[in-house]
Amino acid sequence: MDERRLRELIAEVKAGRRSRRDFIRLMVGLGLTAPLAAQMLASSGVALAQPKSNYKPTKRGGGGTLRLLWWQGATLLNPHFAVGTKDQEGSRIFYEPLAGWDPEGNLVPILAAEIPSQQNGGLSADGKTVVWKLKKGVKWHDGKAFTADDVVFNWEYATDPATNAVTIGSYKECKVEKVDDHAVRLLFQKPTPFWADAYVGARGMIIPKHLFGDYRGAKSREAPANLKPVGTGPYTFVDFKPGDMVRGAINMDYHEPNRPYFDAIEMKGGGDAVSAARAVLQTGEYDYAWNMQVEDEILKRLENGGRGHADIVAGANIEHIQLNNTDPSKEVDGERSSIKTKHPAFADPAVRDALNLLVDRKAVEDHIYGRTGIATANFLNNPARFRSPNMKWAFNVDKANALLDAAGWKRGADGVREKNGVKLKLGYQTSINQPRQKNQAIVKQACQKAGIELELKAVTASVFFSSDVANPDTYTKFYNDLQMYTTTMPQADPGVFMNQFCSWEVATKENKWQGRNITRWQNADYDKAYRDAESELDAVKRAALFIRMNDLVIENRVVIPVVYRPRVAAVSNKLHAPTSGWDNDLWLLKDWYRDA
Amino acid sequence: MSRYLLRRLLLTIPSLIAISVILFTVLALAPGDPFEELATNPAIPPEVRANLRAQFGLDDPVTLRYLRWSKAMLQGDWGFSFVSRVDADKLILQRLPITLLVVGASQVVALILALVVGVLAAMRPYSLFDQVASTLAFIGFSLPTFFTGLLFILLFSIHLDWLPIVYRADISATGWRFWWEHAKQAVMPVAVLALFQGASWTRYVRSAVLDVIRLDYVTTARAKGLAERVVIVKHVLRNALIPVVTLVALQMPIVFGGAIVTEQIFRVPGIGSLLISAILANDTPVIMAVTFVFAILVIAFNLIADLLYGWLDPRISYR
Repeated sequence: MDERRLRELIAEVKAGRRSRRDFIRLMVGLGLTAPLAAQMLASSGVALAQPKSNYKPTKRGGGGTLRLLWWQGATLLNPHFAVGTKDQEGSRIFYEPLAGWDPEGNLVPILAAEIPSQQNGGLSADGKTVVWKLKKGVKWHDGKAFTADDVVFNWEYATDPATNAVTIGSYKECKVEKVDDHAVRLLFQKPTPFWADAYVGARGMIIPKHLFGDYRGAKSREAPANLKPVGTGPYTFVDFKPGDMVRGAINMDYHEPNRPYFDAIEMKGGGDAVSAARAVLQTGEYDYAWNMQVEDEILKRLENGGRGHADIVAGANIEHIQLNNTDPSKEVDGERSSIKTKHPAFADPAVRDALNLLVDRKAVEDHIYGRTGIATANFLNNPARFRSPNMKWAFNVDKANALLDAAGWKRGADGVREKNGVKLKLGYQTSINQPRQKNQAIVKQACQKAGIELELKAVTASVFFSSDVANPDTYTKFYNDLQMYTTTMPQADPGVFMNQFCSWEVATKENKWQGRNITRWQNADYDKAYRDAESELDAVKRAALFIRMNDLVIENRVVIPVVYRPRVAAVSNKLHAPTSGWDNDLWLLKDWYRDA
Repeated sequence: MSRYLLRRLLLTIPSLIAISVILFTVLALAPGDPFEELATNPAIPPEVRANLRAQFGLDDPVTLRYLRWSKAMLQGDWGFSFVSRVDADKLILQRLPITLLVVGASQVVALILALVVGVLAAMRPYSLFDQVASTLAFIGFSLPTFFTGLLFILLFSIHLDWLPIVYRADISATGWRFWWEHAKQAVMPVAVLALFQGASWTRYVRSAVLDVIRLDYVTTARAKGLAERVVIVKHVLRNALIPVVTLVALQMPIVFGGAIVTEQIFRVPGIGSLLISAILANDTPVIMAVTFVFAILVIAFNLIADLLYGWLDPRISYR
């Protein structure tokens, strides 16, 4: 799909022939994110549908206690140190960003008075400055006023290398200065199409200057407020026990009328996902449980109790199989899978194509993941396909056999194909996780029918995903032919996400396997498209570039996508909890309420 | 006696050093990285991880790290958690009361159960009561706690809807309601642990009482015309309990160590669940602190058991 086709689609949305939601779904199917799709529409003059708030309560408080169950409890409450979502969510009860992402990928102002745009003068034409106007009358929980100084301070705090904030990536590309008490200006060195990273969403929560100002840099661990957050959010801090419990009470001074609804909030941690689902869906002890990594069959059974339901929000996490471009069995300069080698079997595109035909995604969806893993097509070969609501993917053993036959891979006495002394005996590794082992079995079975023998390997997750330089079984070393895992897309923009196929990101011994390009695939067209996208200000052109990149990855069978993994939460049937796949679960906690 | 005590106390020093060395090396050799979540998140630059590792001294050689740890330990600094950045001793103290409450209560229940059932069974060996008690005891200690725990949840929480499945340390209610809610949520974890422990202790008590009850001095006591109750409590039990007391004393560290599996199932925020989450997150300072506390307690209660033994049985002398 090229730029022209994209513009046609946008015109359809503009003319009302295609719904906004449909367009966004289409773009997500092409490997883009909803925020990027929304940005395309906004920049093309399609009016942003004013997000309707379904918030009903007409007074503040009176809702009792909101009980949340996180089977991995929050361990710290400073958003600048919050690595995992559990810590971000714990912080999100008390802290707020300038804006959040709604499920359609639109920016929703929280502490900002409005979303910067070219129309309101917030965005400069050269893409180098952004002005955020702040909401007036917002108070920290201790009564001090929230001002531009706090906003500037968060940039200083996060970018100080000695602080070691995990949010540094979102802030380091810009400079932030105060315009007046209620406006800040972000100055970027280069034209930056995706400016809504700093101060937005999960990594954009703002901490108060008056409590953290003395604890910047190396002293950051000593701040008392690390464990006793004082934010601007709908609930004020009561008590925190790391890994076990976060408690909050209603903020009577909250900056939006009639909010929040609950008098108190409790976030209990610990245990396992299945019993957490039980506590919400079956016994009703809790109102909401996060990250239900539970087999869909069990979820459905629990839902039959009628007390709650599974809330499934689409994101961009994808379970995929990577094909090694280098030879994992040869050691060059002390490293295997060296970029100086070529994979003996995968050098032949026929083998890659055949493998692509041998992954039965439908079976994986039906028998393993259900609603929690949606089979994804080899998106992008034929534009006509995208219009079909049922994206198609091929699972065809006969065709795979024909391809391999035609390419000269002959079956040996043991039924395994062979060509020029190279046998199609491949290793296939993943982490230990029951659905993944089932998937391995499904793929192995299909490959056997096509004369490819897979040797399955499962590595403990804590080893597989570690960055231990001494361990040969980590996913970044990729000392195997095939491997599978879920790559997550924590950002709303695909920019960082897509660098995992850039040639300069190849994981090697030299960079201690910290490079993000694990398949070690290198392609000049891809690199160029990526570089172009970095500074392309036209949202539509930029989207077309990302689609092109995605296209290249899929066409060359660098990876074989298997299933999309939407986010699943268990929600009580009485609770109204707007969630979004592009932000934290608690991104709109202020709007949560319960039917009386 | 005091010389014996001094010698034993001095002996604990090398054993504690040896334990700490072994724990430290094992943890250092174990795969995994406390900052692995940083590595898999593309939005976090690798420098942050490298800096954090350097700041927390993870890149130094194991010997240097051990020396630093022991030096801090001698000054009473237990280190801080890499994950929550809270001091390890603070984390342990936060969890200790709940563990003491739940596991302690279960031990008390188990002891009472074991004494009553064990003595009654031994008084009439091979009677119907003894047969039933033995069968139940065998079932009790052959069923693992994770199984009985899930069974209890299924029965009492899901089918009958009587008891909550999530244990909450903070209950906002006051007065009798507070106690009622606490009791309600503690019933299942305490029962699971007590049944398991009580079952094996019952067997011990039964055989210990059986050994004593046939001795001549018991017959003499009966011949004196003493009431059966007095015979059992004053003459039989006192002597029969000597081995049982040692057994219970040796079991005491577990009260502090928590019950990893049971705490996980019922979400009891005790030491056991702290240890397991620290292990899963490769949070070495916390693992080290918890296991080290545990080691100290094991040594201490071993000593106490030895001393108790001598106090109960004057025939044993210390040299």
